[in-house]
Amino acid sequence: MNNKITGKAFVLGNNIDTDQIIPAEHLVYSMTDSEESKLYGKYALSSVPIQESGLPGGGIKFVDVGKHLSEYSIIIGGANFGCGSSREHAPFAMQVAGVKAIVAESYARIFYRNSVDGGFVIPLDSTMKINDKIKTGDEIEIDLDQNKITNLTTGTSYQLNPIGDVLPIIEAGGLFEYARKTNMISQ
Amino acid sequence: MGMTITEKILAKSAGKNIVKPGESIWLNVDTLMTHDVCGPPTIGIWKREFGEKAKIWDKDRVVIFPDHYIFTANKHANRNVEILREFAKEQSLDNYYDVGTDRYKGVCHIALAEEGYNLPGTVLFGTDSHTCTSGAFGMFSTGVGNTDAAFILGTGKIWEKVPESMKFTFNGAMPEYLTAKDLILQILGDITTDGATYRAMEFDGEAVFSLGMNERMTLTNMAIEAGGMSGIIQADEVTEAYVKERTDKSYEIFKSDADAVYQSKYEYDVSKLEPLVAKPHSPDNRGTVRSVEGTKLTKCYIGSCTGGKITDFMFAAKLLFGQETKVPTFIVPASTEVAAQFEVETFNGVTLKEIFTNAGCEIAQSSCAACLGGPDDTFGRSVDHDIVISTTNRNFPGRMGSKKSEVYLASPLTVAASALTGVITDPRDYL
Repeated sequence: MNNKITGKAFVLGNNIDTDQIIPAEHLVYSMTDSEESKLYGKYALSSVPIQESGLPGGGIKFVDVGKHLSEYSIIIGGANFGCGSSREHAPFAMQVAGVKAIVAESYARIFYRNSVDGGFVIPLDSTMKINDKIKTGDEIEIDLDQNKITNLTTGTSYQLNPIGDVLPIIEAGGLFEYARKTNMISQ
Repeated sequence: MGMTITEKILAKSAGKNIVKPGESIWLNVDTLMTHDVCGPPTIGIWKREFGEKAKIWDKDRVVIFPDHYIFTANKHANRNVEILREFAKEQSLDNYYDVGTDRYKGVCHIALAEEGYNLPGTVLFGTDSHTCTSGAFGMFSTGVGNTDAAFILGTGKIWEKVPESMKFTFNGAMPEYLTAKDLILQILGDITTDGATYRAMEFDGEAVFSLGMNERMTLTNMAIEAGGMSGIIQADEVTEAYVKERTDKSYEIFKSDADAVYQSKYEYDVSKLEPLVAKPHSPDNRGTVRSVEGTKLTKCYIGSCTGGKITDFMFAAKLLFGQETKVPTFIVPASTEVAAQFEVETFNGVTLKEIFTNAGCEIAQSSCAACLGGPDDTFGRSVDHDIVISTTNRNFPGRMGSKKSEVYLASPLTVAASALTGVITDPRDYL
């Protein structure tokens, strides 16, 4: 596992549900065909109300029209990130759009599991509310060894909670990789 | 120290005598359910990991219901159903309920109950967040994503963190103007959309046990709207009668111990509760119907795993009988069994089908339909600035289609009363 993650922040509010992350009408595309699955990146976070997309000002599209990659690779969220449906297409869409990590105050269970078990993005929790302290576009560094997130634009650091029980799965890169490493399933 | 019903079921599934909240355990899964949205990617992951020629862990324990995007011209959606069909053939899967055949059922959570897959004491995982619905049968059921489902498909096992339990007790006799939907909206307003995250929500009390299985499923169905891992109601004679009518499979009834430990307990007197709505754009944005009455509507919608069961339509028929709707009103029976009952069940001697048709409602074939928006040609999908009142479970931005639309969630009684006036209306005015 790469122990430092850097990138630009895209800041969101509380209760970002999976319908906002990837609207249900887009769940029909193939997740295995590498060309077709780019559509998930194209529509990632496309149903976030525009005034709340890219805080504090809002009005920022996560992915530019006609593209499937976002210039933002770190999502900063509030409480209950990823609530709603079980669609694994949600963390997958973020991965396709180039997201590496999410830092939020708390997560909905299925979204968290999907992020970890599918090895799509690393969900981290902040020890305090930080989506009012970081601005969309700020340069961010996450240090996984130190459990720390630093806003390089302002020079301020914030503590993260240790990853806990699921660390071995994240380190392995997903549930299947973990199960093979521990000989739960055959190589 | 005693254990809750959830802890007992999970301990049995993990092969342990005792489990404690917070503990990570590996479960032996009794049933895995999937559908046309998450089934194809689950199959894709399973094949990638276990090989093109692999066989699934137990074909009798895997159930597939195409239900989400069925009656659409969308080629990608139809391709997904074709992938399920091929998979069922290749794995000689008996428990596949194909579109366009007599076996087609409709919405998976209701179909699981009707087809006898919900068995007290068992553990069911499904690739749908509303899999918690099955907990109404005194079993552990929860939603997972494609990777977890693919893992189960290959191994029959999955890890889970034992949840803390919360207890919700409803005392008293249900007044005729209240339904299970009002009870769960009451809880959601109290604990919010993350009030039960990683927890089991246990429902108890004489009002809960006075309900039939359909209404009990409305309660457990929306546990996920509070972030709940599961919702559960201990099985009783009502549960047993329903199960025995549909299957001869064995089951085991578990009960919470008197000294079981709960993270929190809530008690309600149903005689003091009122008809409720969840206002846009969150299921916990609770208000009384009275507080929003008169709000102009453009659509009314009765359907889904939450509000498309026969009891939901019996509630609606009571108000729609002999009346005409003032706004377009969409009726989507959750399953083909519910649709068939429209021609048999009556109110004042008139069938539900006639009542709805005479009232000017549009009746669709069974599926998830516009509950989650779906392809552009989906029946009842919201458009532009629609203002919808619906018996479904979610009103997130864009959930029913249009990102500009507003959705109020309510009971079938409230939706039917509102259909008669074209504005949000308290059902007590018509009962």
